[in-house]
Amino acid sequence: MKIDHSLPLEYSTEENRLKIFGFWIFLGAEIMLFATLFTSYFVYENRSGNGPTGAEIFELSPVLMETILLLASSFTIGLGIHAMRLGKQKAMMSFFAVTLVLGLGFLGFEIFEFTTYIHEGAGLSTSGFTSMLLTTLGTHGLHVTLGFFWGLFIILQVKKRGLTPETANKSFIFSLYWHFLDVVWIFIFSFIYLKGMM
Amino acid sequence: MDFFDRFAVPHPSFLIYASMVAIGLTVIAVLVGITYFKKWDYLWREWLTTVDHKRIGIMYLISALLMLFRGGVDAIMLRAQLAIPDNKLLESQHYNEVFSTHGVVMILFMAMPFIMFFFNFVVPLQIGARDVAFPRLNAISFWLFFMGAMLFNISFVIGGSPDAGWTSYFPLAGNDFSTSVGSNYYMIAIQIAGIGTLMTGINFITTIFKMRAPGMKLMQMPMFTWSALISNLIIVFAFPVLTVLLAMGTMDRLFDTKFFAIGDGGSDMLWANLFWVWGHPEVYILILPAFGLFSEIISTFARRNLYGYKSMVASMVVISAFSFFVWAHHFFTMGQGALANSFFSITTMAIAVPTGVKIFNWLFTLWKGKIEFTTPMLYAMHFLPLFTLGGVTGVMLAMSAADYQYHNTMFLVAHFHNVIIPGVVYAMLGGLTYYWPKMFGFMLNERIGKWTVWLMSIGFVLAFIPMYITGLDGQARRMYTYSEATGFGPLNMVAFIGAGIMAISFALLVYNIYYSVRYSPRNIGNDPWNARTLEWATHTPVPEYNFAVMPQVKSTEAFWDAKKNGHEIFKGKIEKIHMPNSSGLPFIMSCIFFVFGFSMIFSIWPLAIISLLGILGCLVYRSFEKDHGHYIPVEEIEETETKLRGAK
Repeated sequence: MKIDHSLPLEYSTEENRLKIFGFWIFLGAEIMLFATLFTSYFVYENRSGNGPTGAEIFELSPVLMETILLLASSFTIGLGIHAMRLGKQKAMMSFFAVTLVLGLGFLGFEIFEFTTYIHEGAGLSTSGFTSMLLTTLGTHGLHVTLGFFWGLFIILQVKKRGLTPETANKSFIFSLYWHFLDVVWIFIFSFIYLKGMM
Repeated sequence: MDFFDRFAVPHPSFLIYASMVAIGLTVIAVLVGITYFKKWDYLWREWLTTVDHKRIGIMYLISALLMLFRGGVDAIMLRAQLAIPDNKLLESQHYNEVFSTHGVVMILFMAMPFIMFFFNFVVPLQIGARDVAFPRLNAISFWLFFMGAMLFNISFVIGGSPDAGWTSYFPLAGNDFSTSVGSNYYMIAIQIAGIGTLMTGINFITTIFKMRAPGMKLMQMPMFTWSALISNLIIVFAFPVLTVLLAMGTMDRLFDTKFFAIGDGGSDMLWANLFWVWGHPEVYILILPAFGLFSEIISTFARRNLYGYKSMVASMVVISAFSFFVWAHHFFTMGQGALANSFFSITTMAIAVPTGVKIFNWLFTLWKGKIEFTTPMLYAMHFLPLFTLGGVTGVMLAMSAADYQYHNTMFLVAHFHNVIIPGVVYAMLGGLTYYWPKMFGFMLNERIGKWTVWLMSIGFVLAFIPMYITGLDGQARRMYTYSEATGFGPLNMVAFIGAGIMAISFALLVYNIYYSVRYSPRNIGNDPWNARTLEWATHTPVPEYNFAVMPQVKSTEAFWDAKKNGHEIFKGKIEKIHMPNSSGLPFIMSCIFFVFGFSMIFSIWPLAIISLLGILGCLVYRSFEKDHGHYIPVEEIEETETKLRGAK
């Protein structure tokens, strides 16, 4: 593999550049996936049948906590990539670890939120609205869960192998993914929760 | 015994039991054969673990041909049932299952892998690359498609086939009306294959944007590569919609969600909408590469460069954009109102404009060309008038007011077969004949090939033109029989005869392969058709690394200019070449996907959880795996090159 030292480590080989480009296209597909979910959500927004409506079940405080945790994690992974560019492996790993802990916190609140919904009679099979709500949130949550393990394995690899073009590439792509989940969450927060509570 | 009851076929008949026995015997024969000839090692090393785009392409081709015959047998059964009024050959349930699987198999498991074969085999060679951008991912794409297809195909002997049409509209496909596991098969098998397709899309976009030979600008790419690029862009934007849709359908059937329920705030119309938001772009995913192949074939055998290159590209871009704004024309009669219908009516008719541009470009390419009527060219010449006929009836269907007469009749069935068969199928078979020598080093027999084309066209006209007439007279599609008083009998008999002639032409295709394997001359050189693009500049058979020296490109038809105008495309000396390693992981992971899909279909939760963990385990393994590929040393390349040069 030819390594081009004039570029950042994650872009330094041909294979790395291909992977980053390919991942951007994958994110394009992910945008379509969530766009379909949002469109469907708007169809079901007021189709709550005999079940509760959004205004009845949404609560601001857990959602706000989730938002703060996830936005903060997007910031810390940015710092992690910055540290990686400076070649500071320890700092990078710490920032990645903080990111994952914040992600775990997000998941904790989300699980709490889901159990509350189910206690309030808004289960997966209650109505078109609740089915869609839980599926949309669940798809995002599943992405975060997968991201948590993915990130964990990358930290382990960086620890074992150091900052190589390969591990740097993986870390950078993971950071793109994590930022993307954050962007999706901003849409969820604005168009599902805030709109639903108004 | 309760556990095993679920695997029984709900409506067994003699035909199904016979198929079970036949499938069982074939599987045993294949396994015994491989063991007897000691081919397991060869199979594993050279095919199951390969990441070579050419071999993956050939595996797509084999799957597509197998599925063509599966879908073809379904088609013959349908036409035989309708050949005479009040026929008792198939009962209604069986008929429903056959037309549902015919549609799914032909579109998703025949046409899709057939174009994937062309993407895989042709695109890297045309752009002068050594492989695709992500070879391992490419293998995963293939194996996921393959396992999805196999999962779908076992449905008719285990548990029952889907019976709600290839569109699988809810509430018909819901638990209330489709009680067998058939629709579960539909949701999950297509999901697995669809994930593979999405990854192919990402792979080929990256390949085409990033791995073109030095000097090849976007507007110098061969037309087939352009069509592949546009088609893959549509895949990446359309398939996620299918992913979500199938997930929703699966959840409705397995977890009692209320997406498409009739009460409780469900919306069954959302299925129809989302299905066609994916489904209409899907037909352009199929037809654009077909157009690309015809462009290659027509310019090769008219001995002229393609007329209107830029307008060809522009029309494909316009078609791909419009393909996302026409979906509601599939259900004008479902009550979305005059305004929406007018919008979709106009957008649909507008697509005829760029398509017309393409038709005229092909005609102008032929104009004053030195036309040579080879088999691929004959396919193209039959395509032009027949496809135009299909296009015109498409514009008729696009008129939303008139559609109230055509909707759900045989007229529609005739229309879409009229675009898919002369459009996609002719391109696939023409392209197959065209690229056959590049793959296998000998040509298919021209005489038998031309007989095949003529028989297919005659069969096609006899099979589908009568359906336009009975359709206008009101013969509904998806009805398993009709009474004699309707007067549809004679024309349906003609259609049955036409279908029979098409079946003969497909049999002739198989015979042609057999005949050519035995008798075709082998010393045909690298460029038997005197073609124009880079794939003909390398050796036949194509070495593992495709090009010993990377080609340098200066024009749209690099190889033609090398031959006629003395451009030098292979400059520089041979260096060691980096190639990816083979891997068993894609195959193993896809096998686990098969088990996962099967256990989901039959709601065997423990197995589903175990296999899901297996899939995740494969991903973890891949994350930690160190795989840097390998280098082919210069001596080995020179040795191969000398050997291939001598073979001519």
